[in-house]
Amino acid sequence: MSTQPDDVLLEVKGLRTHFTTDTGEVRAVNGADLTLRRGRTLCVVGESGCGKSVTARSILQLVERPGRVVGGQVLLHRRGPGGAAETVDLAALGPRDRRIRQVRGRDIAMVFQEPMASLSLVHRVGNQIGEAIRVHNRVSRAEARRRSVELLGRVGIPAPERIVDAYPFQLSGGMRQRVMIAMALSCEPELLIADEPTTALDVTTQAQILDLLADLQDSRGMAMLFITHDMGVVAEIADDVAVMYLGSVVEQGAVDGVFHAPRHPYTRALLESVPRMGAPRRERLPAIRGSVPDPAHQPSGCVFRDRCDHAMPGRCDTTVPPPVSLADGRRVRCLLYGGDAPAGHADPADPAHQFRPDPAGASARRADEEAADAD
Amino acid sequence: MRALVIRRLLYMVPTLFAISLVAFLVIQLPPGNYLATYIAELSARGASVERAQILALEERYGLNEPLHVQYLRWIGGILLNGDFGMSFAYQRPVADLIWDRIGLTVALALATMLVSWVIAFPIGVYSAVRQHSVGDYAATFVGFLGLATPNFMLALVFVWVSYRFFGESAGGIVSPEFADSAWNLGRVLDVVSNLWAPVLIIGAAGTAVLIRVLRANLLDELRKPYVTAARAKGLPEWRVILKYPVRMAISPFISTIGWILPTLVGGEVMVSIVLSLDTTGPLLLEALQSQDMYLAGSFILVLGALTLVGTLLSDLLLAWWDPRIRHAQTEEASA
Repeated sequence: MSTQPDDVLLEVKGLRTHFTTDTGEVRAVNGADLTLRRGRTLCVVGESGCGKSVTARSILQLVERPGRVVGGQVLLHRRGPGGAAETVDLAALGPRDRRIRQVRGRDIAMVFQEPMASLSLVHRVGNQIGEAIRVHNRVSRAEARRRSVELLGRVGIPAPERIVDAYPFQLSGGMRQRVMIAMALSCEPELLIADEPTTALDVTTQAQILDLLADLQDSRGMAMLFITHDMGVVAEIADDVAVMYLGSVVEQGAVDGVFHAPRHPYTRALLESVPRMGAPRRERLPAIRGSVPDPAHQPSGCVFRDRCDHAMPGRCDTTVPPPVSLADGRRVRCLLYGGDAPAGHADPADPAHQFRPDPAGASARRADEEAADAD
Repeated sequence: MRALVIRRLLYMVPTLFAISLVAFLVIQLPPGNYLATYIAELSARGASVERAQILALEERYGLNEPLHVQYLRWIGGILLNGDFGMSFAYQRPVADLIWDRIGLTVALALATMLVSWVIAFPIGVYSAVRQHSVGDYAATFVGFLGLATPNFMLALVFVWVSYRFFGESAGGIVSPEFADSAWNLGRVLDVVSNLWAPVLIIGAAGTAVLIRVLRANLLDELRKPYVTAARAKGLPEWRVILKYPVRMAISPFISTIGWILPTLVGGEVMVSIVLSLDTTGPLLLEALQSQDMYLAGSFILVLGALTLVGTLLSDLLLAWWDPRIRHAQTEEASA
């Protein structure tokens, strides 16, 4: 991993999470790639069912049966004991492995979509936060409680000494989500995964929670992986954005670049379907034609080709597009930018020649495997 | 919480009154009374009964008085003197007859409940956590067997097996050699050693129900987001499961306290008869058949009161166990 810059915290490479059902194997995540840098916020966007939540859960091995992580790597570059850098492949650990449990909550913490359902209603707030502290730190109950109160104060809960003894059902939705955030921050994680943390909240509360998360992320220099389907949220908090479609990341890059010059046809279509202030009123918003294919019966080649205006017959239906690196660290999975020529022999006439091909070469190998899989 | 307890205790007073009234009236419902049955028996044996003798008996038992007077005399005796009246058939005070049997029934109910908890808890949790495993299927199979087999059938099989293969006549709670001795360590051990079979037989169906309920509840709970959230903290799996979903799924165990006694009294008469257990069931049945009204009425009254206490206990325990119930009831009380 010596080629990786220092500030890379987590790399997801070719992650595959499958669900075994009676009707067949559903590939919820089918070769997803993500790169998270320290201190930055990466937003993962996509339609319902594109596998963004499952990707987030796969990182911590939290996918429930019948789902399981079947391939790929999740490389966490953390400072090990003594400050030396070490790399752990989380995808290689079992869901009940002691090593993944040490990562959960300590290196990587998670905030979930529904604060009502994600907190236990019959345990006091202080108990649930204190427990998160005591799993990873040898501290007394009194010390855990003191820290819980402090955390509750830091996430903007009024009268934290009182709320620490409250039950979650006595709190409002926004307060509950603050409690979840306090719990996630309890062990000072390097990465916070937020899985649609504002979807279940009303608009005012959404804005407050977003501000809080952006604040905390800034003041602690932690990285954040933020799952959402709301483009407004992305514009507000993201440094980088990754667009997912049907289990794979079709485009990743800095948020300004992706929003202003989307490369992948799907990203373009997605951005065009977002209503804009000041846009002509009576015009219908463009919608992406067709619908998302059933993940159990994915088309061959590029999974977006049935809905794509730029589909190239003979190429898009035979080759699974590998990730192609463009300028500014942008990565796109689309044959318009190359990727179907044999690795290392890019045709100069191909539009891809102006962009650096994927340096690792691993992605080309993976593309071949995937093409074989798809057949 | 204290207000809740007081309120629930107050509610018990009218309920107890209603139970006593119903217990008394139900016994009066069938035509005739103990004397009629008694006289019919005497005549059947060819003995003649004189009119004067019948009147004397009626006078003695107070049967010639109107219903409400009989009721008030009976309930007044209980409340003021703890006097439950006379049993016609045994010619002894009811109080002498019922307490031993009620004590045994309650002991049996408690033992059955504890044993079913101890058996059902690990099996139920295992079967939910390892759903579709061999162990789960085995537990389900045995559970359905337990559910489908009438308890008296199990009792009969047990008696047959212990006689046929071990040459012992099973049955009874106190072995013959201790029958007349006072309570000492030997007698206690003897009772315990005789109690396990009835407890298992009577508890079979209830245990199977608890396993099924716990498994179903826990399966629902295991899929809830708070379980994933607890895992995301880095807790060990067994702690995640025992602290969160099991806690939510186990309320039915507490509810058993409320219904175990009535089930036992109503449902296990056959088992008690087969295993010759001196519980309330057989004597209550006998008392009802011979219209021994004070005996039957007192049984029903005391068992009803005990059931109320059981329900109260289980409700209070549930409120202690689940803060949502506690807070809902406190709010309701203050509203």
